[in-house]
Amino acid sequence: MTLEDKQQEIIDDFAIYDDWMDKYEYIIELGKELPIISDENKTDDKLIEGCQSRVWLNTAVEDGKMSFTADSDAIITKGIIGLLIRVLNGETAKDVATTDLRFIQEIGLHEHLSPTRSNGLASMVKKMKLSAIAAS
Amino acid sequence: MITDGITIPFDVSRIRKEFPTLHRQVNGKDLVYFDNGATSQKPQVVIDAISEYYTDNNANIHRGVHYLSQLATTQYEDARKIIQQYINAPLSEEVLFTKGTTDSINLVASSLGEMFSEGDEIIISAMEHHSNIVPWQMLCERKGCTLKVIPINEAGELMMDKFDQLLSAKTKLVAITHISNTLGTINPVEEIIEKTHALGGYVLIDGAQSIQHIKVDMQALDCDFFAFSAHKVFGPTGVGILYGKKEILDQMPPYQGGGDMIAKVTFEKTTYNELPHKFEAGTPNISGGICLGTAISYLSELDLNAIHAHETELANYAEEKLLQFEGLRIIGTAKNKTSVVSFIVDGIHPFDLGTLLDKQGIAVRTGHHCTQPLMDFYQIPGTVRASFAFYNTKEEIDTFIHAVERSLNMLK
Repeated sequence: MTLEDKQQEIIDDFAIYDDWMDKYEYIIELGKELPIISDENKTDDKLIEGCQSRVWLNTAVEDGKMSFTADSDAIITKGIIGLLIRVLNGETAKDVATTDLRFIQEIGLHEHLSPTRSNGLASMVKKMKLSAIAAS
Repeated sequence: MITDGITIPFDVSRIRKEFPTLHRQVNGKDLVYFDNGATSQKPQVVIDAISEYYTDNNANIHRGVHYLSQLATTQYEDARKIIQQYINAPLSEEVLFTKGTTDSINLVASSLGEMFSEGDEIIISAMEHHSNIVPWQMLCERKGCTLKVIPINEAGELMMDKFDQLLSAKTKLVAITHISNTLGTINPVEEIIEKTHALGGYVLIDGAQSIQHIKVDMQALDCDFFAFSAHKVFGPTGVGILYGKKEILDQMPPYQGGGDMIAKVTFEKTTYNELPHKFEAGTPNISGGICLGTAISYLSELDLNAIHAHETELANYAEEKLLQFEGLRIIGTAKNKTSVVSFIVDGIHPFDLGTLLDKQGIAVRTGHHCTQPLMDFYQIPGTVRASFAFYNTKEEIDTFIHAVERSLNMLK
């Protein structure tokens, strides 16, 4: 599945919900399912301190493909991380660095990626992209 | 104009009609606005006054000989007198227009602080907003003063016996919040002022959360400084007040240099204008000042006792309903508190709860509320804070409780 296919799949998944609470129910379930990253990867150097919630991001590159694991103390933040990881994991550094994460806008969750939201997600995406640029 | 003691009987449904924002929808639901601690909504009379100023009366103040400048100056200075009367300050020149509470505190830290020296002590409390912590830390760094902190108990009340121990002849200033923005605690400022004065120190009261809830009287309190923001008291953003006693303000050096604050400028020497202009450099927020006057006039026509009773009833009702949820803890249970209800729920992050409440049309605040040391004391990442104003209702609390229940069911 291409990166674009994965984005479209999420957009289609969300299309069935016309109520905000249903969308969030889905995100919360994703957050609960996302494996918690191991404690050795939950160190201060991997911490992105948001004003509202905190995010830990661990980045690895294998055979030119990016691999991210992440966690947050807030479950909604964690659910959105789950979506981002689903789209970006296993993709080439170049694709991660250059792709437009349009699915976030399309499913109406772009507010969570706004720097003013202060939940650590905007900084997390920036870090993901910077690590991809460094690896490409 | 302030009407002479004539108050209109308190009627929440009539009052709500005067606040247009309360009638909008958010995310397809009727807005329930419980973020009054952050900022209050504005009555139509204030919104109209802003529009009227820019439509009909806009001109720069204090320097123009032309009609509009005179008119704007009169309105601005009338607003100062309205505020002076409302807070019962002895003199109108003791009422300084600033950008807000933060600016007021920084003015005192910067200007009065110039008169401090190494070894002097400043006392604050563990429940202060960052804006009543950081300016004093900066001053301490600049002047070699020491910052002391009055601890609080688990209920969120000041430990006054510890205050007595901290207070000494070295204490130059006690800067304390009247009402905690996070906990709602009403502090015993009268006692603090009396004890501090007995040892020769000054007292600054951060009134950002008090003037909209309780009567504040400068002469009865006898504080040296009192700071508040217009936007939390039904006025516009970007303007606030610093009340200061004339004899202290007269001794203090100017805060900022510029137009309006001078008497005579030459390249060799500049002499400063008299109060209040000495502390009001540059063109101020003219519309903001005038419309703060409008907001205070509006407030003065309401029955503060009835407001207090209504807000207390709302807070008690909300706390009683919230405590029915398993694992929910109220943060801030002082005996003497206002209509702020801060809470956390075991295993639930405040951000998650706040996000879900927002999607149900409910505006609350989540996070540390600019009181990180207080969060450290309770060892929590933040709280969900519902803060009520007199235009809120029990029906809104019922909607809120229902939304909290639905959210918790999703998050657990």
